[in-house]
Amino acid sequence: MTGYVIRRVGTSVIVVIGISIFTYLLLHAVYPSPARIVLGPKASLLAITTWNRQNGFSGSVLTQYLHYMNGVLHGNLGYSFKLNQSVVALFSERWARSAWLSGASLVLALLIAIPLGIYQAVKRNSIGDNVTTSLAFTAYAMPDFLLYLIVIQVFALTFRVLGYEASQSTSVFTVMGDWRDMTLPIVSLALLIVAGFSRYMRSAAMDTLAQDYIKAARAKGLPERLVLYRHLLRNACLPMVTLVGLSIPALLAGNLIAETVFNFNGLGLLFYNSLQNEDYPVLLAYTLVGAVLTVLGNLMADIALTVADPRIRLA
Amino acid sequence: MAGTAPSLPPLDVTRAPAGGEVGPLASGWRLALREFARNRLALIGVGTLVFFVLFCFVGPLIYHTNLLSTNLTEANSGPSASHLLGTDNEGIDVLGELMKGGQASLEIGFLSAIIAIVVGALYGAISGLAGGILDAVLMRVVDVLLSIPFLFIVLIVAVRYGASVLSLSLILGAFTWLVPARLVRGEVLSLKVRDFVSAARTAGSGRWRLINRHLLPNAFSVIIVNVTFNIADAILAVAYLGFLGFGLHFPNYDWGDLLSNGTQYLLDGYWWLIYPAGVCIIVTVMACNLIGDALRDALDVRVRRR
Repeated sequence: MTGYVIRRVGTSVIVVIGISIFTYLLLHAVYPSPARIVLGPKASLLAITTWNRQNGFSGSVLTQYLHYMNGVLHGNLGYSFKLNQSVVALFSERWARSAWLSGASLVLALLIAIPLGIYQAVKRNSIGDNVTTSLAFTAYAMPDFLLYLIVIQVFALTFRVLGYEASQSTSVFTVMGDWRDMTLPIVSLALLIVAGFSRYMRSAAMDTLAQDYIKAARAKGLPERLVLYRHLLRNACLPMVTLVGLSIPALLAGNLIAETVFNFNGLGLLFYNSLQNEDYPVLLAYTLVGAVLTVLGNLMADIALTVADPRIRLA
Repeated sequence: MAGTAPSLPPLDVTRAPAGGEVGPLASGWRLALREFARNRLALIGVGTLVFFVLFCFVGPLIYHTNLLSTNLTEANSGPSASHLLGTDNEGIDVLGELMKGGQASLEIGFLSAIIAIVVGALYGAISGLAGGILDAVLMRVVDVLLSIPFLFIVLIVAVRYGASVLSLSLILGAFTWLVPARLVRGEVLSLKVRDFVSAARTAGSGRWRLINRHLLPNAFSVIIVNVTFNIADAILAVAYLGFLGFGLHFPNYDWGDLLSNGTQYLLDGYWWLIYPAGVCIIVTVMACNLIGDALRDALDVRVRRR
């Protein structure tokens, strides 16, 4: 198993290097240098060349890439000339809020999706199953922002029970306590995640229900509740381990849309604002961080699965 | 053990198979089509998609509207006889806008899916057929590109280059060929060791002929299922880009742009600016997903009813 983990980490490192090269080259092709943004449209060619040389934007693409990666490895993700702050500082102000939104939604989604999937598998083709499947199918086809607009319309504007904007506090602890403003973003993001997860959970639970050990458990007279708790639940959750690990890109994208619609000042909103400002260093850094998180998610999922599933661990 | 082989009677090719004997009844495609036609949800999906194509492309020929000049005296008026779905903040007819926006959404959906599938299928087929180091390198490239969050990278490129239908389709296609490439490679890996491929090789087929005539046609069921899901994803992605304001530039717009425009009036209760476009997106995407699911069931021999 150690050999497997080492090999898996090795490929991940190679993939991360590939990601950094590709992302850097692509963004470099789209936005070659922020000199024009910093110095203004009327800056002379000489001023631009000098500025480029001073800030590591001169020389071949390879030199610039190595210069940037050298900074990244020393904990410097670049400098936002639009916001006049280092990217690391921008990220460290905001990451906790984004992590709270994503984390709370993910946990809530799992708490809903796992029992829901098992219920659907046990009562398959019942009215409840069909209604849930149809709802999940609709939510799956729905653009995130439309659900947000609907819940804002219903709960914040028509009935005025919840806030239409997410918490604006800079302290993450205040944000956590502010259920009035955070309920809509967290619950609606969670519901969108449930739409995808419950389908997997349903089919995983259905596969597990057909296994011999479930039949054996039932045959020895175990009450149905215990069959579900002891034998079905843990086995059916195995694919969810992988699914959670693979859902990082979806979570990041969901975060981006949710933070934009609810005006929640996290990393997603920072990315959105940077797109409007053409703030290249922030875009590059966030895309890189997102890609690395994706790779880490895949890696963690694979390792967690080997730990959780003795059939893989011992194989 | 040579002596124990049972001796078979000589094959009589002049005799037609009698009842109860197994013979070829229908080709795989006809079986798949019949299976598909039996699926009620699939037919609803096809009907819906046809409806939206007609609505967007034929609709403007029947329902004439002025989409270019503003009319502020009629701005934000609700549904009426002259404007079936009301007007937007510039007094332009919403139903007419939905038709034009739908054209862009559908065109980008189909075009980007076709780009993605052509690139992905060729890439996957070459990778699978080549094997060895080339295959490993090509697939690591796919791993790398798949790890970069799709929406982020598409947004970054679309901000600069996504102004027209063609360029936005190219951008979306350029970042969605990865999954089809993986699927086709897997299919090619299992196909290339089959006898008919060896036979074609023995007969002197070159690599291109092998890919074009033997491998890709046999991987077609995987490809066609993936196309439908790709169309759905692309329509959603365009809606996201439009909603965030980084998609098409005026005079091109899609359903997402319309919705984004309508959100400014959420407080005023102008529902006709938001929900019709939203319903169009959901129903079209759902139709594509239903067709995809049904095609997968119809083409997968293991789940097919006999």
